[in-house]
Amino acid sequence: MLEILLDATVRAGTPILFATLGAIINERAGIINLGIEGLMLIGALAGFAGTHASGSLLVGVLAAFIVTFLAGSIHAVITVQLRGNQIVSGLAMTMFGIGITALFGKGMVGQTIAGFERVAIPLLSDLPVVGKAVFNQNLLIYFSFLLVFIIWFFFYRTRWGLAVRTLGENPAAADTCGVPVNLYKFLAVTVGSGIVGIGGAYLSLASTPMWIENMSAGRGWIAVALVIFAGWSSPKAMLGAYLFGGITAMQLRFQAMGTTVSAHILQMLPYFFTIVVLVVSTMRLQKGASQQPESLGLPYDREDRK
Amino acid sequence: MADFLRIEHIRKTFPGVVALDDVSFSVASGEIHTLLGENGAGKSTLMNVLTGLYHPDRGEIRIDGEKISLTSPRDSLAYGIGMVHQHFMLVPAHSVFENILLALDNVPNLFNRKKYQTKVQNLIDEFGLELDLDMPVWKLSIGAQQWIELIKLLMRDCRLLILDEPTAVLTPQEADRLFAVLERLKNQGKSIIFISHKMREVMQISDRVTILKKGHSITSLKRDEFDENKLASLMIGDDKIPQWQKNLQMSDEIVLEIQQLSVRNDRGLADLDSFDLELKKGEILGIAGVAGNGQKALAEVLTGLKTASQGRIMAKGQDITSSDAKKSYIAGIAHIPEDRKSIGIAPDMSVDDNLIMKSFKNGAFSRWIFQDKKAIRRNANEKIEQFAIKSGPDGTPIRYLSGGNIQKVIIARELSEKPAVLVALYPTRGLDIGSAEYVHKVIADGADQGMGTILIAEDLDELLKLSDRIAVMFRGQLVGYVDPRNTTREEIGLMMSGEKQGGAV
Amino acid sequence: MKLVTERREISSPLLRFLTPIGSIAVALFVAGFLLLASGVDPLAAYKDIIVESLGSMYGLSETLVKTTPLIFAGLGVSLAFRMQIWNIGAEGQIYIGAMAASGVALFSGIDNHWLMLLLMFTAAFIAGGSWAGVAGFLRARWQVNEVIVTLLMNYIAILFVDYLVYGPWKDPKGFNFPLTAQFTDSARLAEYFDTRLHSGFFLALFVALVLYLFMERTVWGYQIKVIGSNPKAAQYAGMKTGTTIFMVLFLSGAIAGVAGFSEVAGLQHRLQHGISPGYGYTAIIIAWLAKRSAIGVVIVSFLMGVLLVGGDSLQIYWQLPIALVYAFQGLILFFLLASDFFVQYRIKLVKGGKYA
Repeated sequence: MLEILLDATVRAGTPILFATLGAIINERAGIINLGIEGLMLIGALAGFAGTHASGSLLVGVLAAFIVTFLAGSIHAVITVQLRGNQIVSGLAMTMFGIGITALFGKGMVGQTIAGFERVAIPLLSDLPVVGKAVFNQNLLIYFSFLLVFIIWFFFYRTRWGLAVRTLGENPAAADTCGVPVNLYKFLAVTVGSGIVGIGGAYLSLASTPMWIENMSAGRGWIAVALVIFAGWSSPKAMLGAYLFGGITAMQLRFQAMGTTVSAHILQMLPYFFTIVVLVVSTMRLQKGASQQPESLGLPYDREDRK
Repeated sequence: MADFLRIEHIRKTFPGVVALDDVSFSVASGEIHTLLGENGAGKSTLMNVLTGLYHPDRGEIRIDGEKISLTSPRDSLAYGIGMVHQHFMLVPAHSVFENILLALDNVPNLFNRKKYQTKVQNLIDEFGLELDLDMPVWKLSIGAQQWIELIKLLMRDCRLLILDEPTAVLTPQEADRLFAVLERLKNQGKSIIFISHKMREVMQISDRVTILKKGHSITSLKRDEFDENKLASLMIGDDKIPQWQKNLQMSDEIVLEIQQLSVRNDRGLADLDSFDLELKKGEILGIAGVAGNGQKALAEVLTGLKTASQGRIMAKGQDITSSDAKKSYIAGIAHIPEDRKSIGIAPDMSVDDNLIMKSFKNGAFSRWIFQDKKAIRRNANEKIEQFAIKSGPDGTPIRYLSGGNIQKVIIARELSEKPAVLVALYPTRGLDIGSAEYVHKVIADGADQGMGTILIAEDLDELLKLSDRIAVMFRGQLVGYVDPRNTTREEIGLMMSGEKQGGAV
Repeated sequence: MKLVTERREISSPLLRFLTPIGSIAVALFVAGFLLLASGVDPLAAYKDIIVESLGSMYGLSETLVKTTPLIFAGLGVSLAFRMQIWNIGAEGQIYIGAMAASGVALFSGIDNHWLMLLLMFTAAFIAGGSWAGVAGFLRARWQVNEVIVTLLMNYIAILFVDYLVYGPWKDPKGFNFPLTAQFTDSARLAEYFDTRLHSGFFLALFVALVLYLFMERTVWGYQIKVIGSNPKAAQYAGMKTGTTIFMVLFLSGAIAGVAGFSEVAGLQHRLQHGISPGYGYTAIIIAWLAKRSAIGVVIVSFLMGVLLVGGDSLQIYWQLPIALVYAFQGLILFFLLASDFFVQYRIKLVKGGKYA
């Protein structure tokens, strides 16, 4: 029972994990991206279409990354180069994503592909309780484990990472140190968006190997809230994503067991818990040193006189 | 001496302002060249041009005689130009090491942490500084943060160092130490541009002085060509300076008393730590202290923006710390805030609207739930005339006004209800001499009419000139009072660094 | 060579007026390529949009029917905007308002027409307000990000209404469709000209007028403007920013909630699944396009009404998904944000420089 639940937790949490990681990269560079929900949909459709056309899952995942990278560049140009309002641009991205995927996804509705299969890692997958949940999963899930580490390493062990973190805190400081501010911000937004897109592709290639209109169903927004819960750190994002994976898994389990509680009420739980978690983690932020990047949401204009 | 850097006929405009107009200037290797000018003369703008932050509309920049173009800080750094900005370019949340590392050139992406830490540590030791590389910057004093900025430049081997009013955040003793370091760098052949408006320092360390006034470079003088009076008269020129006189009329009546007051900041540290203070009727009480020692928290408690974690505030002998009386009393305290644009005004609203910000609910400006637009207009007309505010066409958002005029709007609003107490936090920061003297005049006139003023300033000369008594703060505590008529800068300096206790005056 | 940007002194009023119109035009142009890509002749599609929404009395009345909830929700969102507060939850507030009004209509048993409508209105007002008030309270008390809270509460509101119409409130005679029983006549707004245009439209115009007077003439409006312009200055002048944030979000949600009342009492005459096809999201665009003016909200709402009616016709005649309207709205916003840059800045070409 616990084994099954843990397994379902990881599977349900992974798309949110990718999305949260992508959002963290955006926000570390000082750019709020509220387009995560739309980018996930774009990634989901691009991934599905890529795989459907080529028959290769790898091509699908790459397509998801590239297409959302490009879509993210709209947000990047508007917020970085053109110093537009980050909140409005992100909302526009979400709307655009919902609409454009509905339009171009019409032909994909009802199509099928062979989705990601489990790949058991010898020996490790035989461990009790966690073995199945951690070491008998599909390749995308293994990739997400790796990505958590890569992102942590990038931010805290490389000079590029230090530069990107400085952009979120005080872009003028980075600028006077010779960091190409706009280029790095642009890349943070686009690469971050691409990773969000992989989260979307997970939905259409692994969760349910098909395309359904609006299939992200609010997961992008949960990811935006989880960034705060995670304190802008990738290992904690993993914790947060699995927490929500767990709630989703449990809720599905209840439904499967034929509870008398309405499915609609059960479906509210993840959203409700996200709000609770958001409130608690914000309250925690108020006390002690805040981990929020100090220049988050502010446009940087070198010549702006204060 | 050969000029390392030479700039000619630089012009730079901002929306609505010509910040620099036909500015020429040069600096040689092994020279300390001071840029002198009052606030708004264009010193910082000129330096931002040199560091590639601003792009000039016109003019030439030459290094070693060769014409160059600076379009970004990367360009400037590549030519060996580095600057310690007045607002530090540091990330408070990052460690000292991380802040310095980002400034280094040619660090590989996967860097050897140990190797670079040793490198930085060696330089710190060379200058006999004490800095913990792993400490986050926000935990350090402002003075220490300035050393980090300097180390950033030295690690890069900059050939030209620009320091923008570096002594503003230092005690007189710390400033001397900085000057010693600058002398040493000069003898190593570095060029240094030193920006200041404090005459004493300029005399002490400059090899050459260039005076900037209203965006023009007036003249450059060599060491033996200038003295204090000459520089002052060149700097001020024929500007009209409001005249005022201070009378000694402090009574013994105490209007405000602070006892054992403590305030904690966002990071849980004590900004004020058992702080005591007494303000008498008609008194101008100067507060001296290095920036970051609790002055801001003091002003914020008295403006109601922060609440004290312990201690008492007494108004005319009554305890008002935790009663409704506090709110109304505090509402009656006039304030001139530190950062006038960020907390003093609603930038998108008109002068009319800004003038009633504290009294918009009064019967004078409202009828039932509606605003009395006519009365608001009338009030604005009166104030604009009385305080000679240049306000532009009706309805102009206040952010288009000059700093001096914005300050006048704030003063007009704050003093309109004849307050018993005024709290002024760095009231002349960023103002030209005329506007600054106007603020002094308002404070001195207020004292004549019995208003008690708490004047927080960073310029000791300003405090010595204006105050009836000076209280010195260090680490959120009161060190002691001194009498401005029989104290020395050195004495205050020692108290500011906590090395000497003061008496009671 | 390098491009540098410079802030303009004061942006020209003409530019500021032309940019929203220009953005819509460019968005139309780009959306044309999207239509082409999905095999639809854009010119024919655009012609359909105009003809269907404005070409006949009936079309015009349908456009006004769609304009009505957009005005309410747009006013609500734009009120919060005045204080730099983001109410992204108008959609949920419409659902909750509709639910509260329906509850009164279905279960109060009142016969008096005016009393019934008044109670339904009040219920929607309070329910929508409280729904947004949660986010307002959290923001005022603990600085919790109101964008995320209001947005997530949309999902909860929609699921809750679904729970009701699929469950306890389902019409037993409704052949198992997710809808409640029809309201009695006393719970219906008046309709005009034999069309679906109802008095909710005029109520919306009236609310716009009241809101305009509220913002421009009252001491509360003044306070909201000061806080919106600079919250620190407001706090320092002794204004209670926290309370005002809560009140403004409450009011913002309440007005959006009234949209729900207007939809069920004027149009649907029952509560059902999908009562709002995203009016609350369109409202965000309306508020942004209208900048700060209540009159602007009315005008932009009408334009969006045209787009929505047109979208319906594209769905019918060209089998295009209705969500296409979202893509179009997203494009408008993108171009509007981009054009804002050119209103505020000038671009210059600069020579030299080793690095960008």
